[in-house]
This record gives sequence, C-alpha cells and structure tokens, in this order.
Amino acid sequence: MKRSILTALALILVLSLGLAGCKSSSESTGGKGSSGGDGGGVMIYGRGGDAVGLDPAHETDGESFIVTEQVMETLTGYKKENTDVVPELAKSWKISDDGKTYTFTLEKGVKFHDGTDFNADAVVKNFDRWMNGDAAKFPYYASMFGGYKNDPGHVIKEVKAVDENTVKFTLKRPQAPFLKNLAMSPFAISSPAAIDQYGDKYGEHPVGTGPFKFKEWKRGDTISVVKNEKYWQKGLPKLDGVTFKVIKDNSSRLNALTKGEVDLIDGVNPSDLDKIKSDKNLQIFERPSMNVAYFGFNVEKAPFNKKEVRQAISHLVNKDELIKNFYNGTAEPAATPLPSSIAGQNKDIQDYGYDEAKAKELLKKAGYPNGFKMDLWAMPVSRPYMPNGQKIAEAIQANLAKVGIKANIVTFEWGTYLEKLRKGESPAFLIGWTGDNGDADNFLYALLDKDTIDSNNYARYKSEPVHKLLIEAQSTADEGKREELYKKAQEIIHEDAPWVPLVHAKPQLAGVNSIKDFYPHPKGSQSFIDVSMK
Amino acid sequence: MFSYTIRRIGLLIPVLLGMTFIVFMMIRAIPGNPAQLILGQQASKEAIETLTKQLGLDQPWYSQFVHYLTGLFQGDLGTSLKTRTPISDELWPYLAATIELSLVAILIAVVVGVNAGIISAWFQNSWFDYAVMLIALIGVSMPIFWLGLMEQYFVSIKWDLLPTTGRDNIRMPVEAITHLYLLDTLLEGRFDQFIEVVKHLILPGIALGTIPMAIIARMTRSSMLEVMRSDYIRTAKAKGLKMFWVVYKHSLKNAMIPVITVIGLQTGLLLGGAILTETIFGWPGVGTYIYEAIQSRDYPVIQSGILVVATLFVLINLFVDILYAAIDPRIKY
Amino acid sequence: MAELARTTPPLSNPPAVEQGDDKVISPWKDAWRSFKKNKLAMVGLGIVIFFILIAILAPVLAPYSFSDQRLADKHLAPSGEHWFGTDEFGRDIFTRVLYGARISLWVGFVSVAGSVIVGSALGIIAGYYGKVIDGIISRIFDILLAFPSILLAIAVVSVLGPSLRNALIAIAIINVPIFGRLVRSRVLSVKEEEYITAAKAIGMKDSRILIHHVLPNSMAPIIVQGTLAVATAIIEAAALGFLGLGAQPPTPEWGKMLADSRDFIIQAPWTVIFPGIAIMLTVLGFNLMGDGLRDALDPRMKN
Repeated sequence: MKRSILTALALILVLSLGLAGCKSSSESTGGKGSSGGDGGGVMIYGRGGDAVGLDPAHETDGESFIVTEQVMETLTGYKKENTDVVPELAKSWKISDDGKTYTFTLEKGVKFHDGTDFNADAVVKNFDRWMNGDAAKFPYYASMFGGYKNDPGHVIKEVKAVDENTVKFTLKRPQAPFLKNLAMSPFAISSPAAIDQYGDKYGEHPVGTGPFKFKEWKRGDTISVVKNEKYWQKGLPKLDGVTFKVIKDNSSRLNALTKGEVDLIDGVNPSDLDKIKSDKNLQIFERPSMNVAYFGFNVEKAPFNKKEVRQAISHLVNKDELIKNFYNGTAEPAATPLPSSIAGQNKDIQDYGYDEAKAKELLKKAGYPNGFKMDLWAMPVSRPYMPNGQKIAEAIQANLAKVGIKANIVTFEWGTYLEKLRKGESPAFLIGWTGDNGDADNFLYALLDKDTIDSNNYARYKSEPVHKLLIEAQSTADEGKREELYKKAQEIIHEDAPWVPLVHAKPQLAGVNSIKDFYPHPKGSQSFIDVSMK
Repeated sequence: MFSYTIRRIGLLIPVLLGMTFIVFMMIRAIPGNPAQLILGQQASKEAIETLTKQLGLDQPWYSQFVHYLTGLFQGDLGTSLKTRTPISDELWPYLAATIELSLVAILIAVVVGVNAGIISAWFQNSWFDYAVMLIALIGVSMPIFWLGLMEQYFVSIKWDLLPTTGRDNIRMPVEAITHLYLLDTLLEGRFDQFIEVVKHLILPGIALGTIPMAIIARMTRSSMLEVMRSDYIRTAKAKGLKMFWVVYKHSLKNAMIPVITVIGLQTGLLLGGAILTETIFGWPGVGTYIYEAIQSRDYPVIQSGILVVATLFVLINLFVDILYAAIDPRIKY
Repeated sequence: MAELARTTPPLSNPPAVEQGDDKVISPWKDAWRSFKKNKLAMVGLGIVIFFILIAILAPVLAPYSFSDQRLADKHLAPSGEHWFGTDEFGRDIFTRVLYGARISLWVGFVSVAGSVIVGSALGIIAGYYGKVIDGIISRIFDILLAFPSILLAIAVVSVLGPSLRNALIAIAIINVPIFGRLVRSRVLSVKEEEYITAAKAIGMKDSRILIHHVLPNSMAPIIVQGTLAVATAIIEAAALGFLGLGAQPPTPEWGKMLADSRDFIIQAPWTVIFPGIAIMLTVLGFNLMGDGLRDALDPRMKN
C-alpha cells in the first residue's frame, strides 16, 4: 500500500515537472511591484473584508462599494478631496427655480462593458428598477430618497428620458442634498441588458461604464478587475487592473505590504505608522475625516437622564490622550458631531475639556457626589472611526474611576450590539458614524433627531428646538441659510450633551512608493481611475 | 463486518438529524437579527423590518425548520442570507482550502511523528528520545494560535523565509479548477505556482499539524517499544545498526494503528478546529466561513456549514473504525 | 486545540477498589507510590502547584496593579523594573501574567468540575437505567461529540454573550460527553457485578447503590481524565479569549492578552511571548500530571 502511494506521488511529480517545463515560463506575471507599459501594471489592494455583493444598489458596505466604484459610474460625482458635486456621467445639469426639476445632459458615446449604449433610457431603467424595489432589495434608495414609488415620502415624482442624452427628474418637493445623493456609490448606473441577462445573479456579474471591467471573484479571497480598453475618458485608467485581496488582520496586512505581497493597504493600525514612516519603500495616505466616534448616553436611563451627569462625564474624557494613544495623532478632537469636511460644522463651540474638579462639582449637583456604578458598552469590531473600541473603553474606564464612577465594560457581537443600541437597551456606549453623502443632515438628523429614535438615534435624544431646526434645513435650498440652522442645532446639542463626541478620525492607508495620484476620498472609497504605479 | 457497517451508518442518521436540530435551535437563540447585520449600521428600522419578513425570519421556528429540512432532503443546502448565493455554490472553495490545509497538516504530522516515534523508541532513553518526548509534550500543550503567531513573527517577519498569509502569490494567482491549489497548479503545469502554494502551506500546516504530530510520535513510540521487547528484535538490535532498517520497515507497519487512530480522531477536529489557524494565517477556509457566518447570523450558512463538517467528521470516523476491523482481526464488534 | 483528552482511548477496567470499604485506601496509596516514582509526573505536579501558588499569592507577589494604566510607560521592554515589559496601557505584564493564572486555573477547574458533575449524572442515569433513556442520552453525547469542539464553544458563547463566565459554561458543555461516556461504561461494567445484584436483592435503594458502589468505582478514571481535561479547558478558554469571546477588559486573561497585543508583535514581541509561555507551561503541567496519574491509577493503561 505504501509503495503504491509513493509510486503515485513520484508519477505526479515527474508529470508536473514535464508539464511545468512546457508552460510555466510563458505566463509569468511580474514580481514585486510589477509594472506594465506606462504606469500600469496590476495594483494589489489589501483590505480587511470581502465584498458582500457587487450590485451597488443592493449593498450597504464599503468593501462592496470600493469594487463597484471601479466598474460603474454615477450621474454626478464628488470632487477628489471633498464632497462637492462634480459632473460624472452627466456632463451638466439645470435646476428649475422651484428646485423641483433637474435636467441632466449626459456624456455622449459612452458604452457599457457589454457593448450596449449608455443613454437616457438606461438611466430611466435603473431608477425604475430601484423605485419599484423595497427596503430589502435597495436599502439605500429609501434612506436617501424618502421611500419607494408608492410611499408618501418618496421624493422623486418621475424620471423621464427627454431625448437620447437628456434625462429629466421631477421631484415632489425640493430636496437640498439631491445632487449629493445621486453621487453616492449605490446609485451607479448598471447596464440594463446585463441586469436582464443575469437576473438574481447580477451581483456576481456587475457591468457598468467604469474604467475597469469585472473579471473574477474568489470569495473570501480576491476580486480582480481589469482595464477597460474602451473607456470613454481618453488615456484612462492608467493601471492594467486592480486586485482586491482580503487580509483580515491589520498587522498581517501591513506585513504583506512590507514584504511586497500587496501594493496598497487600508486599515493601518495607528500604532504602526512610525514603522511605515521609517520604511523608505512605503508612503502613507491619509483619508480626510467624514466620521465621528462618540461616547453616547441613553438619556432615558438614570443617571444619564440628568444633564449634569452627562456634562460631568464630558469633562472626564481626555480626547487628546485618546488621540495620542489610540489614533497615533491621526484624528481631530470632536467638539461637535460634524467633522470639518462637512459644511455647517460650528467651529465656535468650546469643548468641555478635561477637568476633574468641574466634573466632581457637576456630579455633586446631580446628587452623585461619590460617583455610581455603570455599564459601559464597547464595540466588538474595528471601524475606521474607532480602530479599537475595547481599548478606548478601558482608557475611559480608568478616568471615570478617578471620581468614583465604576464602569463595567460590556460587549456583544456586532449585530447584537447594534440591535440593542437601536432598542435603547444600553445605558452608555461607544459607537460612531461615517457619513453617506457628505451632508450635515446625514449626521444631525440621522443621529440626533426625535424622528430617528429606534433607528440611529441611539442616545434617544429628543429635543423639540433641534427637531424644528433640522426639519427646516431639510427643505431650505440656500446653502448659507442651511449652515446657520445646523450651527444653531449644534449649540443646543452641545449644551444638552447627549454624547461626548470623541474624535473625527482620519483613516490611514499605506502603499508602496511607486503609487502616484492616489487621493483617498472622505466617503471611504474611491475609484482608482487616475492612479498609476511607476 | 458488512452488517456492522450498515448498523453504524444507521446510527449516523439520527445523530446528524439531532445535530441539525440542535444547531437550528441554538443559532436562533443567538440574539441579533441577521437583517440588521446585512443592512449595516446605517439601516433604517423599516428596511430591517422588510428584510426580516422577506428572509422568512418572522415565521415560527418550526415552519422554518421544516422548510430547511425539506430543502436538505432535496439536496439543497440553502442560500446565504448575506450574499444571497446558494451555499452549495459557495461552500466548496472554502471547504477545499481547509481540506488541503488539513491534509498537509496530517501529512506533516504522520511523516515527522512516525519517524520521530520509531527512532526514539530504537534509542530508548537516549538524549534523542528525551528530546523527542519533551517536544511532543510541549507540542500538545501549546495553544496553536500562539504557535502560529510565533511562526509568523520569527519565520516570516524576522527571517523573511516564508509568506505570512493567504494561499497563493497574488501576483501569480492560481486559476482555480478543483480549488485544491496543489492539484490545480499541477493540472495546469504551473510548477512556479506550485512552489508558491507549497510555501504558503508550510507555516499553517505546521501549526495545525503540531498536536497530531506529537500524539502520533508518542503513540508510535510506545507501540514500537512493545514490538521491540520481542526476542527477534532484540537479536536484531544486537547485530547493530544495519538491522535498524529491517526493524524500521517492520515498525512502519506497526505504526499504522496509532496513525489511523489519530487521523480518525483529529481530522474532523482539524476540519472544524482550523478556525484559529485560519484566522492567523488569513486562510479562506471553512472554519473562517462558519465563524464569520456566526458573526453575521447567516443562519443557513452556519447550519449547513456545521452539518457538512460534522458529516465529514463522522464519516471519517466510521471509515477509520471499519479500517481497524480490516487491519486488526483481533478487534471484534 | 489540544484534543489530547479526546484522543485518550476509553479507559478500561477499574483499579481494584471492589473488595470492600475497609480496604479502599490501599490502592490509592499504591497509586501514590507509583506516581512518586514517575519523574515527569512529579515535574507536572510541581508545575501545577507552582501555578496554584501563584494564583493564590498573586496580590502579594505582583509588583503593580493589573489594571492601573500608565500610558507614559507604554511598551517598555523587559527590564529589572518590569520583568516581562509593559503593554500598550503601560501595565506591567508580569503582574498581569500572575493574575492571569487565577483566571485560567479558575476556568479550568470550575468548568471541568461542571462537566464531571453533569457528565457523571447523565452517565449514571444512562448506564444504570439503560434502554430508552440510555439511547437518548448516548445519542446526545454522540451529537455533541460530532461537533468540532471549538465551533460548539463559539456557538454557545454567541448564544449567551461573550464573557468569562459564559466561556466557562461553553467549555463545560463541550466536555460533558467525555465524562458521560466514561461513567456510563463504568456503570455498565459494575452493574452486573454480583454484589450489586445482591444489594438490589436486599432492597437497597437505587440512589444508595449508585452513591456507595458505582460512583467510587468511577473515581480513578474521572481523576485521570479530569486532570487532562483541565489542560484542554485552559487552552480552550485562551482560544475563546483570543477570539474576543471570553474575558472582557481589564481582566488579565492570557488568551485575551495575546489577542490584544497581537498587533504589536513587531514593536513589542514580549507582549505576545510571555502570556503564551504561561499558557503552555500550565497546560504542560496538567498534561504531565494527567499522564502520571493514568499510569499510577490505571496500570492497564501502561505501555
């Protein structure tokens, strides 16, 4: 028996050697930092998780979007460095005076990867598909456009093809961030022919107009996209392709980068930055912040129903120390929920500042001179706004202990954690938020309006004046006026202190030196259209 | 023997059914709504409710269970809630990755373990014997995730000898045919890729193979010592080292039983228990697949994943038991 | 996972305890005598006692507090002041490793005690009453054993929520069938003994028979298997801690310490090395002791 196994093994070896001789040399695909003709080559992007699906309208996670953004494009787009709106598939647009009609002129001669034409009809078909869906199929559509076709809150009345290259959107009421919404990754235009062809499996075969074409997906491992030779913008993309490689653990991902196994990685541990800086072959990219990490209180639960307690704790969180130790300086202390990349941030708000004496005084006033016992919920997962919730909780725990507040750190698995927060089961918790469309409404209304209790207002904060301001801002077209409304809302929120806003984190990426023209976008993902590797 | 086999198979069915039921009930007791996880943190309450309904998660548990079982009997493992892909389409690449890793681990364990066991028995009470037994003792006492971390730190980071994570070199990705990359690269005649795949297998293979290796070494040694007490071996030994090879060949046969035992007991555990090794070495295997499904409450994946792994495990055990009966006529059932 | 406990073939016949109550002591004395002669076993016992002492005396021995943070002292390399260096919160790793012994031993002993109690109870019921009850209980054991153990533990912790106590419960559950099967086979072999039949004939109650005759007969293999199971339990607890499903901060659990410092393996390898060595040594101690106990208590298991 043993002999036969050995013989078989030997046979395989001989055979393979023979075969290897025939073929292996013909297909070698470069070694470290492989380079093609002009700044091309295939860039390997190491990241922490796999995509869920590749039909962007269906998905909600950044790992899916960063792939679909290579393959598909949106009508409007964002500027490279912020969330100002720029043309993408729509060359230009006109807005009626009442703010209810948007007429888009589309780029001409654009083709989907399957050879079919991109035109006004295709846009209409995509929107029809979405508005006839439901919350399970196209979750983002409802959050951004107020529901589906027959819902009373639905903002879009009609989408019509005026001619081959003109599309008209008619709205039921003005929506201030409408153009920003259109630029979001979920609303990228797919080839209607491909949607018909693949049906339920479209999410495994995405077809768009983008600079790269989808090639292959090995689940849990890699997704590869290759250059679209017929891309409508001349000279782009520069890379021959991008391969997305899943390496879950942050430090392993960095190891893979230092060893040349990958070219670019996200989710760099702040503590590893010094090491990267000292490596001559590597460079660091900083993503501008469009997020907020916060320490929230359930304002319905004692003792956090007392404003003084919340304010006292606000004085006990040392944000600078947190930033120094857990973000390695790659975050800004947050005085308000809004990051500076978002129009409407109130820069005049004076933060509470670390002050044990004041905290004690406030606690005394609230009737807890000797502190109290509490549960502090810490996130079980790493998110860009909070790389390690547990450790931040530990640091806060130590500070609270100084005034006699005994915090017991509690955690649940991520799904449970979110669900319990939504239901208001947590007394005090660490969490955060990453903006979707770069608008203030997407922070303040989504997180702190009385309408969003049971949804994302985990603090269950209920303030009539804030509500009034936020609702008014939603239908105000004038940007200057809107900003004023949001600034006022932030003042009230600051005084009420339903949260201790902790930081606005600037997620760090690292890559090999040959990468050129890469600008991480604040929204968390971006196309690699201009990127080259020399 | 035939009737024994039939009886054993008959016993398997209620075990697997019972397990399916336990898993089913248990995962539904896990707090957390899959819809929330699928839609993410930003999801609205309405979206979560709609999706819950669509996934049939608002149905009573017994109708969900009947539904699942009906599917199973028709060979349908269900559809992943998260990726909306049939599990039978998704599972194989993950399973293949784990099978390949487990086979390599067992191979390392057998080759090293058997030889170390035989040699240390031959030189009983020598320094070599002590060293092997000490290493074996440490081997079974080591948390394998720690061993994995140490391997990574020293072998791949400090000395830069082997890659840290993954199954293949991403710059020359393996074209998957069977998803067993060693086989695929050979089928494609890509010897360069084959070498890469081997390099990627070494560290996780050693981490996963250490415990079975230690056990095999100890069992082989003790069974060898028994053999060596027999007179003809004593004579052989007296005649010098030349006879070592004679004994060696003879011993290999004797080592079969401990090896088979350990394979039977460990392979199933390797299949499922590879979670930690897979986590550390970024191995896209079935352990990771199920573990992530638990985290995202992907019920059908947890159920079918565990069912498939456990079925493999009990089948391997059954096979081992039958093999025993075939090899060793003394064992009666 | 160290599955040593599971790979142990079912223990065969009991040591000679059956002669009568007055002679019960001598086999244990015998066992101790042969245990003492076994050098490796004594080393194992030594290690175990060493760690038990550490666990008890941790507050006295520890030079620092295991939870007080001194961020200025983060990631100091091992030195005279901090023998094992400091972690990212500037906490002394030596102190945390000492306190960690308390947690690991506690989880090991308590979870195994739980498995022994529940497993024995089920095993006795199955073995003594036989028939349908036996069928059901044995199938449950089969089912539990068909699970890859760490997956089962993960699933149990997911249901109960991640915490040290729940990790302990999960580990106890996965070990139940090992003791259940062991005791059941014991009961089956004792049941047919003449003196049991006699006891039944004179109208002794079932419970009395079980407690006075059946249980003592199962002690030796339970002790052996239990010692080995403590080793496995410690590793499993560390594994759960490593996956973030066990002890919560600032509890200095060894597995959790490994998980927390994994990211710093390059800058501060000591944060990963020392907790790992602690786990390994403790487990080694229990394994050596368990092997020795088996040789001593169960002569038939000797080579």
